[in-house]
Amino acid sequence: MTGNILVRGARVLDPANNIDRIADIEVKNGKIHAIGDKAKAPKNGTIVEADGLVLMPGLVDIMVRTGEPGAEHRETLQSAGEAALCGGVTSLVISPQTNPVIDDPALVDFIKRRGATQTRARIYPAGALTQGLAGERIAELGLMRAAGAVVFSNGARAVPTAALMRHALAYAHSFGALVSCRAEEASLAAGGVMNAGDFASRLGLSGIPAVAELISVQRDIALAHNTGARLLLEQISTAAALDAVRRAKARGVAVYCSVSIHHLTLNEMDVGDYRTFAHLSPPLRAEDDRKALLAGLADGSIDAIVSGHDPRPAEDKRLPFAQSAPGAVGLETLLPGILSLVHSGEADLRDVVRLTTASPAKLMGISGGTLAMGAPADFTLVDMDVPWVCDADSLRSKSKNTPYDERRMQGRAVMTFVGGEKCYDAGKASPK
Amino acid sequence: MSKAYRDTFTGPHLLGISGLNRLEVESLLDAAEEFVGPKQLQGRKKNYLSGRTQVNLFFEPSTRTQSSFEVAGKRLGADVINMALKTSSIAKGETLIDTAVTLNAMHPDLLVVRHGASGAAALLSQKVDCAVVNAGDGTHEHPTQALLDALTLRHHLGDLAGKRIAICGDIAHSRVARSNVILLTLLGAEVRLCGPVTLVPSSAHEWGVCVFTDMNNALDGCDAVMMLRLQSERMDSALIPSRREYFRFYGLDRGKLAHAKPGALVMHPGPMNRGVEIDSDIADDPAISLITEQGEMGVAVRMAVLDKLAGGAS
Repeated sequence: MTGNILVRGARVLDPANNIDRIADIEVKNGKIHAIGDKAKAPKNGTIVEADGLVLMPGLVDIMVRTGEPGAEHRETLQSAGEAALCGGVTSLVISPQTNPVIDDPALVDFIKRRGATQTRARIYPAGALTQGLAGERIAELGLMRAAGAVVFSNGARAVPTAALMRHALAYAHSFGALVSCRAEEASLAAGGVMNAGDFASRLGLSGIPAVAELISVQRDIALAHNTGARLLLEQISTAAALDAVRRAKARGVAVYCSVSIHHLTLNEMDVGDYRTFAHLSPPLRAEDDRKALLAGLADGSIDAIVSGHDPRPAEDKRLPFAQSAPGAVGLETLLPGILSLVHSGEADLRDVVRLTTASPAKLMGISGGTLAMGAPADFTLVDMDVPWVCDADSLRSKSKNTPYDERRMQGRAVMTFVGGEKCYDAGKASPK
Repeated sequence: MSKAYRDTFTGPHLLGISGLNRLEVESLLDAAEEFVGPKQLQGRKKNYLSGRTQVNLFFEPSTRTQSSFEVAGKRLGADVINMALKTSSIAKGETLIDTAVTLNAMHPDLLVVRHGASGAAALLSQKVDCAVVNAGDGTHEHPTQALLDALTLRHHLGDLAGKRIAICGDIAHSRVARSNVILLTLLGAEVRLCGPVTLVPSSAHEWGVCVFTDMNNALDGCDAVMMLRLQSERMDSALIPSRREYFRFYGLDRGKLAHAKPGALVMHPGPMNRGVEIDSDIADDPAISLITEQGEMGVAVRMAVLDKLAGGAS
């Protein structure tokens, strides 16, 4: 019978419940049934021997971009799900940046239904904050929320005017909805393709200054404070913006922020010789910014680590740097990325697991990210130490744009379970 | 000519001054000396590149650089093809790499590229089998311009070590400035940058140069002054208030030039905006203006580069 298993001998790591010990774990009917001495081999179930592996909740990646509907050659929900499960990610919040934009309750419903049939990873739709993501009129937040949108995002751009942002925050707040936004003052970022600074000017590339992010973050924090709304600032990248978030939290403003794994592990120098796979939005920043973000993982000012998954086909990347599209895939490398921070001593394992499981799940108000009794048995078994080399062409994503191409990695998921069912097994996966 | 340097620069491409060492630069300058002089002006050909195919791939309009490369290639006996890109498949949406792959299939020996995007020449060099010469990529580098400027200066000042040279104007958008800063500092010159603060990268002080906003101070004691072209699209942008204010504070006239050393030399990569960044009176003064000579040195330097990359037995 499916959904009944006993995992034996793993180091069980669940920051949400303060568990970090070697224990057996029993799954019954797809839910966590017992951890430790009470865990028994279920009747008609299977036993998974997991000595030497770490068992952690399946990762929750908020704001994943796919190409479905409208650009299925970039990524489908099916291919994104396959990539996610291979990377130990079991829950995905899907960005509304598709064609058409997910700004209508029927489209929210489409993503939910399509996700349920195309992949065993759990798919949660995010609705567009403004109609067509054009930044002109508020979208049908109430109807989309009723249809199952877990958060409302304005895609890759900040809301252009303070007036519209104020209306959107106030309106979303009346439905108790979370608003999620990028932070970039458009007039300062115009034309920029990498972090403004010495390296950009040596390369002759126009820069996006850090202050463009700070101005936008400060505006949106002021408006969140003013309206009382809950605001998630997506993928902040600079020390100054993080500091603004930290101070706002101390004042009691309901502001949260995410950072991408790429901004935690790479910096502007990774652009190197015009590598378009390192062309990201927001841009990879200075090393001082990266170090400040790492400090924010431990002190509670950062609420989620995300992959920032943004699949781009070769025709968008095999171009001169300034003409290439920004973005990187990350579903398969989010977990190896956070493990690399642990191995290098730059982050604590419990912090990075909390920020990729319980913390983002709580923010989105979705199940998952926890091994609590009765919770859905979404978890992954991780070999912490296995060395491997990232090869972009081996990725399961339809697009191969990873800045980790050819990078040496340590640790990855070896099995992933959703609802107590094994959905990925590295030992049995088709060789890629 | 120092024979010891002759083969220091071996390519396989010339994508920028960045990445070259002093010996490589000096070997190129020494090699260029061979091509300076009246016999070239008489049109006598050398056959160093006979049987070689040189493609000039100019995605941005250019008169002087393209013809300079064409003359250089032809004087060495190469078969030179100029791609007319306005009428070609570029206009039909073909990408840079597709164009490169198509050209590569024709097995050229040299690809001379100008493109509006920084890094375009480097990208192209990864996709083709032949030698690539960067003839200007976006706001990144223009290495042959810097080499010809250095060769011109060397003829008048000798060793450039310790010489004080000011580069003035729109530094931020200038590939000529970037290549010259790297090359002149490599040769030991004291380089000064001057321009309105909106046209100088805020990190320029990290380039091993002194940055000035006052032109009189910048020119103080200079052996040579390089003026940069102010692109017409910048003149009407928010970066400077007006042409007349720009000329008043940053245009080179006799008054400002008086702060430099007596007899200080004046250069300009062309084409000039007379009355915007340079006074005609100075541009046309044969005693100090090296502007015409820069054109002559350009051919010599490009002959040396083409010969180094594709000449000889291969």
